[in-house]
Amino acid sequence: MSENPYRDAIQKAIAENDVILFMKGTPEAPACGFSARTVATLQALETPFTAVDVLPDPRIRQELSALSNWPTIPQLFAGGELVGGCDIVTEMYQSGELAQVLGAAPGSGTATPPPPAGVQAAAAPMGIENRLGA
Amino acid sequence: MPTAEELKQRIEASIPGAKAQVASPDDVHFSAQVESPAFAGLSRVQQHRLVYDIFAGELGGAIHALQLKTEVP
Repeated sequence: MSENPYRDAIQKAIAENDVILFMKGTPEAPACGFSARTVATLQALETPFTAVDVLPDPRIRQELSALSNWPTIPQLFAGGELVGGCDIVTEMYQSGELAQVLGAAPGSGTATPPPPAGVQAAAAPMGIENRLGA
Repeated sequence: MPTAEELKQRIEASIPGAKAQVASPDDVHFSAQVESPAFAGLSRVQQHRLVYDIFAGELGGAIHALQLKTEVP
């Protein structure tokens, strides 16, 4: 671990989860309209995803934006890459690109290691939040 | 407070050949459509970064939200 445990935890989460959404609030209770819309889009595609709430600690958001070079929340990552925020996700959903990108994310042959078994199917995707807040 | 017109001018001054349409109901939430040949060959993420970079430090502050659509003419 480096001297920045937040950045390490975020990097690890992005690498280990094929589809991961950093958002305000939770999928069940989004705290912002843009996060809500992004969750609804992912749910419309029936894409399993891991969600991380950035609100409990401002350092999560600071480190995430420093890492991704993206100033706003939500941020969707697939296969270790930033897909975009709410506008891009919505646009790509409408054009059909999002299904392609997310469909191709698992085992797409990138340098990202495959997730441990069971991560995709996890019913409680918020487990990671605890690790980030630890 | 920034105005939609101000955002439009800053976008057009910062990105080569850009044409922007910016709307805001309250001078806090903005939505912008930006067209520029400078976007050619860039991913959407890279295109949006070019616009976000103009307002670095203001997003989430004076500019609470900036809804963005970018296009190559």
